[in-house]
Amino acid sequence: MTITNQTRAVVLPELTEASEDRRTLRRAGRRGRGGAGGAAGAGRDQRMPLAVGSTAVLLLGALYCLLPVAWVVIASTKDASELFSTFTFAPSTHLWDNIVELTNYRDGLYWRWMLNTAIYAGFGAIVSTYVSALSGYALAKYTFPGKGVVFKVLLMGVLVPGVIVAIPQYLLLAQVGLTNTYWSVLLPQLISPYGIYLARIYAAAAVPTDIIESARTEGAGELFIFHRIALPMMGPGLVTIFLFQFVAVWNNFMLPYIMLGNDELFPITVGLSGLLNQGASLPAMYTLVITGALLSVLPLIVLFLVLQRYWRVDLAAGAVKA
Amino acid sequence: MTATVATPRSGAGRGAGRSATRRPAGRRSATRRHLTPWMMLAPGIVLFTVFMAAPILYTVVLSFQKEMVKGLGLGSGAKTRTFAGFENYVATLTDPEFLASVGRVLLYGVILVPTMLGLALLFSLLLDARRTGAKGFSRVSIFLPYAVPAVISSLLWGFLYLPAVSPFYWIFEQLGWDDVPSLLSPGLVIFAIANIGLWGGVGFNMIVMYTSLKAVPTEIYEAARIDGASERQIALRIKVPIIMPALIMTALFSMIATLQVFAEPTTLRPLTNSLSTTWSPLMYVYRDAFTRDDIYSAAATSVIIAVATFAISFFFLRVVQRRAFGQED
Repeated sequence: MTITNQTRAVVLPELTEASEDRRTLRRAGRRGRGGAGGAAGAGRDQRMPLAVGSTAVLLLGALYCLLPVAWVVIASTKDASELFSTFTFAPSTHLWDNIVELTNYRDGLYWRWMLNTAIYAGFGAIVSTYVSALSGYALAKYTFPGKGVVFKVLLMGVLVPGVIVAIPQYLLLAQVGLTNTYWSVLLPQLISPYGIYLARIYAAAAVPTDIIESARTEGAGELFIFHRIALPMMGPGLVTIFLFQFVAVWNNFMLPYIMLGNDELFPITVGLSGLLNQGASLPAMYTLVITGALLSVLPLIVLFLVLQRYWRVDLAAGAVKA
Repeated sequence: MTATVATPRSGAGRGAGRSATRRPAGRRSATRRHLTPWMMLAPGIVLFTVFMAAPILYTVVLSFQKEMVKGLGLGSGAKTRTFAGFENYVATLTDPEFLASVGRVLLYGVILVPTMLGLALLFSLLLDARRTGAKGFSRVSIFLPYAVPAVISSLLWGFLYLPAVSPFYWIFEQLGWDDVPSLLSPGLVIFAIANIGLWGGVGFNMIVMYTSLKAVPTEIYEAARIDGASERQIALRIKVPIIMPALIMTALFSMIATLQVFAEPTTLRPLTNSLSTTWSPLMYVYRDAFTRDDIYSAAATSVIIAVATFAISFFFLRVVQRRAFGQED
């Protein structure tokens, strides 16, 4: 029960946006009434002086969270000697040199890692979202014997820590000769019990059964209904599932660390961790690591800020549009 | 798995039972409708079976086995697997190195989880408070670290901990404090790792709590205000109890995550001598499996960690639910 409550809270931010609007409206209304009635109450509400203390606490939190990001931006402009000699937040002019050096490192190995990360996290998350949508829709919109068992088994999968199965996954894939390939990192992460669980909630909430029924009466096939009617309605929810899965893959360090031996297949995280290891004996590597960290985080931050918009799209709007 | 096998049969049986009363066309569509959900579930079920269920079963099987070496141990037939009973489990559970790693991770959790959730709750309440400013900026900034993977955040903080790079040590130097110990020294490295966890996790938990705060109808607060409750009283007496389910779930997920800490200490190792190869239980598993080539022992340790995770989740939910939801009886 608690799981449902919490997940809904995470997953349905669009509902809260609506409630925020409602809140502002009501406050405006109350202000009007307050003007006519209790003058003191209205006055207090209208001015609403900023609470300096709580604003300061919040800004301190923001500062703490931005500190390492600000540092990496500045540190990537320094050359190897400046890194350890000049003041932390004193910028220098070597950003372009560092990027060139990083690009030249073993014939552009770094950009290969970026491409690999895009394949693992991007392509992996898209396929995983599709698989989740398919399963979640089937669990939400059909009644069939065995449905309860399937859902319960999948739900148990949510609780199984993914890293625990990483080593046996390695051993099993080694037996079919798939370790040290793209597949060894892609395939195990295509299944996301949590994604299926979310997709089921979305399908149940966003796809009205009447619409499915009327499409059936008009002779539409089940897969046609899923692809052309249900998928677009589940759109905003699927973006959320995609984001969760994208972050999960991009964050999963242990699986590629175990599976891959060839550094041309590494994602950025394993690659940078290896570079840092070399830095222990070769400090010049540190500037490469820092510049590499900056360049790898930037696209993700941009993706996050851009996709944040999608988290607010109203579920109801999706259904009306379709 | 039994369900997969059993259901097409029972589905067909049901279709056959209906065929007496329905026209052939109706029967065909009914059967099709039973098969469609299974077709849609097929990719998920296959992937789940191959990449989750099978590895879990395989781990359990391996954990009860060991390798026997015949003769000189040369040639392909020299090594055979035999049943080991609970030998691997006993070996892990009596290994002081494993117990030390468990102790470290428990301490890590005790430091990290309350701090992270406390700050997340504080920030979410401030975001929800009426008179706080800079909300949009703060919300995005505090959530931003969620987009940074653990390896990269460990890398960034790792450099910020190095006295030669860190701005804090520069400040200490200006103040004339010379002997401030490095966070990467043996006694403090656990705080260094907890800080990385805090940085990466506080924003996500804040968003979870903030979202459930936003879902509360404002009439409740209006009523409390009319009754003369202060903003602080509303926050502590109304908002916190109302979002208790979200707090419980974030606590549970945070505890599970701390038990699995791996990327942070592994990334920090090149920067300090304070981290052993068995600092956390998962690092211990990794060492057994890949440095020592002892997959049987690694499997047993994995099972122990998984069972402990389940036990802790279950116990936590039991205790908390009795406390939070059992007040009526």
